[in-house]
Amino acid sequence: MIINMGPQHPATHGVLRLLLELDGEVIVKATPHIGYLHRGIEKLAEAMTYNQALVLTDRLDYTNGLSNNLSYCLAVEKLLDLEIPKRAQYLRVMLAELQRIAAHLLWIATHALDIGAMTVFFYAFRERETILGILEQATGARLTPSFIRIGGLARDIPDTFADSVRAFVDDFPKRVDEYETLLTDNIIWKKRTQNIAPLSKEDALNYGITGPVLRASGVYYDVRKAYPYSSYDEFDFEIPLGKNSDVYDRYLVRLKEMRQSNRIVKQAVEKLPGGPVRARSFPVVPPDKEDVQRDIAALIRHFKIMAEGFKTPCGEVYSSIEAPKGELGFYIVSDGTNKPFRMRIRPPSFINLGALPKIIEGQMIADVVAAIGSLDIVLGEIDR
Amino acid sequence: MEEEVSRVYSSVEALKESFGDAIQKVEEFRGEVSVTVDKNKIREVMLFLRDKLLYDMLTDLCGVDYCGDTPRFEMVYLLRSSKFGNRMRIKTRVHENENIDTVMDIWRAADWLEREVYDMFGIRFNNHPDLRRILLVDEFVGHPLRKDFPTEGYDFERPFSVQLEEELNG
Repeated sequence: MIINMGPQHPATHGVLRLLLELDGEVIVKATPHIGYLHRGIEKLAEAMTYNQALVLTDRLDYTNGLSNNLSYCLAVEKLLDLEIPKRAQYLRVMLAELQRIAAHLLWIATHALDIGAMTVFFYAFRERETILGILEQATGARLTPSFIRIGGLARDIPDTFADSVRAFVDDFPKRVDEYETLLTDNIIWKKRTQNIAPLSKEDALNYGITGPVLRASGVYYDVRKAYPYSSYDEFDFEIPLGKNSDVYDRYLVRLKEMRQSNRIVKQAVEKLPGGPVRARSFPVVPPDKEDVQRDIAALIRHFKIMAEGFKTPCGEVYSSIEAPKGELGFYIVSDGTNKPFRMRIRPPSFINLGALPKIIEGQMIADVVAAIGSLDIVLGEIDR
Repeated sequence: MEEEVSRVYSSVEALKESFGDAIQKVEEFRGEVSVTVDKNKIREVMLFLRDKLLYDMLTDLCGVDYCGDTPRFEMVYLLRSSKFGNRMRIKTRVHENENIDTVMDIWRAADWLEREVYDMFGIRFNNHPDLRRILLVDEFVGHPLRKDFPTEGYDFERPFSVQLEEELNG
């Protein structure tokens, strides 16, 4: 029997369509159909200047705007060979880790809801709301911040920001404990997740899987440790690994990651250096807003950068970060003009989803929802 | 960083020793080394890289359209060795209307990535078992990431022809 699942299905987290060939209740073959959310972001970027293309990145993985901004900016900065002030680097780390916690909270809320544990949803969204409030204080937006800019940040954080972050990080470990009391030793949760949808170490590498799914299979690979960016080498944190590579281990790895991210945010707040949040580099970085309002030369510079953009050296760079879903990379080919000749996005969800047929074939149909949830996909990033 | 670059260069030396003229160009930019290889040797090179030099992860695979140049397209493979932790970029040039061998049996990650390249650039892969469009609908005409494809599409109102079920049934 062939069953069609999606594209409008609450457990597919967007518009994913699966064709499942069944033998009784066992899945013989699964064929994902994607592309319902395709907007042609890679093509659009080719017609935009580097500054303009930044807003497109917010719309990739829409639970995770700041990490997408960061990955793109790091790629362009690598192309320009631009050094970023320490304060901006630390703030970027802080914002990206807060965003990671928010993304993981959204994941645990929906994943538990899919499997049937509704209470977790309310717990997790309570903290997610706090984080989005904090991010809104700094960036002015909850979903599509475009706050991390080429050369630094859009502006410095407000005075109240550090205090609210401190209050959050002190409180958060207790909140993770609460989620654990709901799920970790819960017999129903264990029966629904343990030994479900396993993926061996060799298969995970072969399929190019990254992020928590790869680490749940026991492979030690995290871009933050392997290729440190934005001063991650100055922070003290661990990379949690799983053993059984099943849905339960992916859950445990993400929970531990939230605690580690919390540690990083705490260190970033304590060690936050002073100084500017933007590199001084004409003609890449626009002048400060205050200068624009006082100084005619700054105003002209501002308009010139916004209208014309800036030229980059010829060449090609690949730069990646550890996004909540896995390795998010940007491969930019520049032909020396003010627009990217080719902007390739390496989407972690897309490549992780490629392994979905492999991990659900031979499983029961009731476990498909758990398997999709454990991969933590976002269709905005898959379809681009 | 320097360690990584020197490791890549030792891989490049090993490649040159085994494949000689098939290694056409070695470039470095911002600490990233790209090696251009002969298109006809791509499978041998990739198998050698995976089995002998232990590049066990295909991080990314994409196409670039240098419209006006010959050969027109460039295929870019980004590899990573999980044992040594370094990356390496392999590139190869493909003519328009020319096929290239698949690498999906070497790394399964290439399955969807090659389908995406076919979808967006129209480069066909020999021996790929399931070469269909992946992001766009099957009825779509053209390959949008080609430079000669207009950003707004050929027909904004009707990007591809849709036949409703009612029309089909009369």
